[in-house]
Amino acid sequence: MTLPTGAVPSPAILGLHRGLLELRAFFRERDAVVFTFALPAVLLALLGSLITGVYEGSTVTSAQYLVPSMIAAGVASTTFVNLGISIAADRDDGTLKRLRGAPVPPSAYVLGKVFMVLVISVAEVVLLLAIGTLMFGVDLPAEPGRWLTFGWVLLLGVAGCSFLGIAVSSLARSGRSAGAVMNLPYLVLAFISGIFFTPVSALPEPLLRLGALFPLKWMAQGFRSAFLPDTILSHEVTRSWEHGRTALVLAVWCIGGLLLCLRTFRWRGHGER
Amino acid sequence: MTDQYAVRVRGLRKRYRDETAVDGLDLDVADGEIVALLGPNGAGKTTTVEILEGHRDRDAGEVSVLGTDPRRAPLRWRRSIGIVPQSARDLSELTVAESLRHFARYYPEARDPDEVIGLVGLTGKAGALVRTLSGGQRRRLDVGLGVVGRPRLLFLDEPTTGFDPEVRRAFWALIRALTTGDGTTVVFTTHYLDEAEALADRVAVIVSGRIVAEGDPATLGGRATAEATVSWRDGTALRSRRTGDPASVVAELTARYGGPVPGLTVTRPSLEDVYLTLIEDGTR
Repeated sequence: MTLPTGAVPSPAILGLHRGLLELRAFFRERDAVVFTFALPAVLLALLGSLITGVYEGSTVTSAQYLVPSMIAAGVASTTFVNLGISIAADRDDGTLKRLRGAPVPPSAYVLGKVFMVLVISVAEVVLLLAIGTLMFGVDLPAEPGRWLTFGWVLLLGVAGCSFLGIAVSSLARSGRSAGAVMNLPYLVLAFISGIFFTPVSALPEPLLRLGALFPLKWMAQGFRSAFLPDTILSHEVTRSWEHGRTALVLAVWCIGGLLLCLRTFRWRGHGER
Repeated sequence: MTDQYAVRVRGLRKRYRDETAVDGLDLDVADGEIVALLGPNGAGKTTTVEILEGHRDRDAGEVSVLGTDPRRAPLRWRRSIGIVPQSARDLSELTVAESLRHFARYYPEARDPDEVIGLVGLTGKAGALVRTLSGGQRRRLDVGLGVVGRPRLLFLDEPTTGFDPEVRRAFWALIRALTTGDGTTVVFTTHYLDEAEALADRVAVIVSGRIVAEGDPATLGGRATAEATVSWRDGTALRSRRTGDPASVVAELTARYGGPVPGLTVTRPSLEDVYLTLIEDGTR
């Protein structure tokens, strides 16, 4: 029997369509929208208002220091935690089964998810930057170079954390257990990456080394380099922004995460063999 | 000549941990045929269909669906297959139209999504969120998603379970309208006899993972040639006689009463009687 040979859009185009569709569905689910955006925003506003002080040798306040770190944490939460949970939910409610039953390339599904979380992340960054400038007097950088830094750190961070989230979501047995599976590593990571415990250089050496293996620490560092004046450098671990190393670690996570996600991603759930 | 068969299955076996779901099943479905897999819950219907759809692995046996082994089927094989799953809760935050338009993108010869909305009778609900649909409407959307790619082979897994009689009849009419004339092959599972009788060209009865009988619904299990029961009223007593030739018994009774026979009925075993006997024999 002959199979149809007609043309269909490429996986990239289909992925874009899937991303738009996913975004539409996401923004209709009001609880999830509020939770995704409100959690980092409220945390930043509360923590920023509670802590006081100015870092020695610079004009950066504790609250200002928190802004880029919370942006990194928010992006990691959206890409890693939310994405992982949404894939587990897709497995539970039959989304994956339906897609598997249709001529949908898995890459289109993955691309759609990454596109969705990229858009959500950008919206989140805008919200957190607004809080930072309005509440804590963070000055948005004037030099294009800093925005460029911010751009590539965001892109690499979103891609790396997304692939990782997709890979880890295979470990969750159901949509309900996914919250626990995704949140625990995320919270641990946030602490050892110097998000809540600031400045990062105050962390004990072994934790610092452990945190430096994961993308969140580098994303936060990259964002600090974009939004904070260089006078804060004396409070960084190596007293340098280490852009080269940041790019390298994030790129390795992107490639490794992609490979891991291609190896572990399954249309089928546990027990569906 | 596999070309004449949309589905060809030989010696299919599937075990879950400690229970055999499919136990040496053979099945042929000709191109353009509508076949019902009829059986009680747990008979292996869904497992069989999911193996044919490429959703499940098998332990043994040969399977060819549209000339391809679903286990190693390329993505474009899926363009010719339509699937209506048993229960779906996906797409809840999208509208009927958004869902159908999106899925139409995946197929090279897709039907016009708006036309499909009309076909499945959801025109008034095109802009409604899928989670607000009733059970019957949701099912019709599932059928729409199953046929939007213009499949050559359509699978439906227990399509009307939980429907009230009126909605079921409307649903049957929909399936008939969608499949008559364009040569779509249909394989559906059901545990409703009337559904099998209403829709299928051929019924295969599955019990304990094997096909115990198959054929035209009217002749299934020797139903057409089985002994009939002739009953009548003799004064106050109800009399009956089993016979292979009911016409001559009626003629004899007519002669005896010299006219109409009081309370005369002639019954053949119903499809249900045949089916229940098959299930009993099959599980024994």
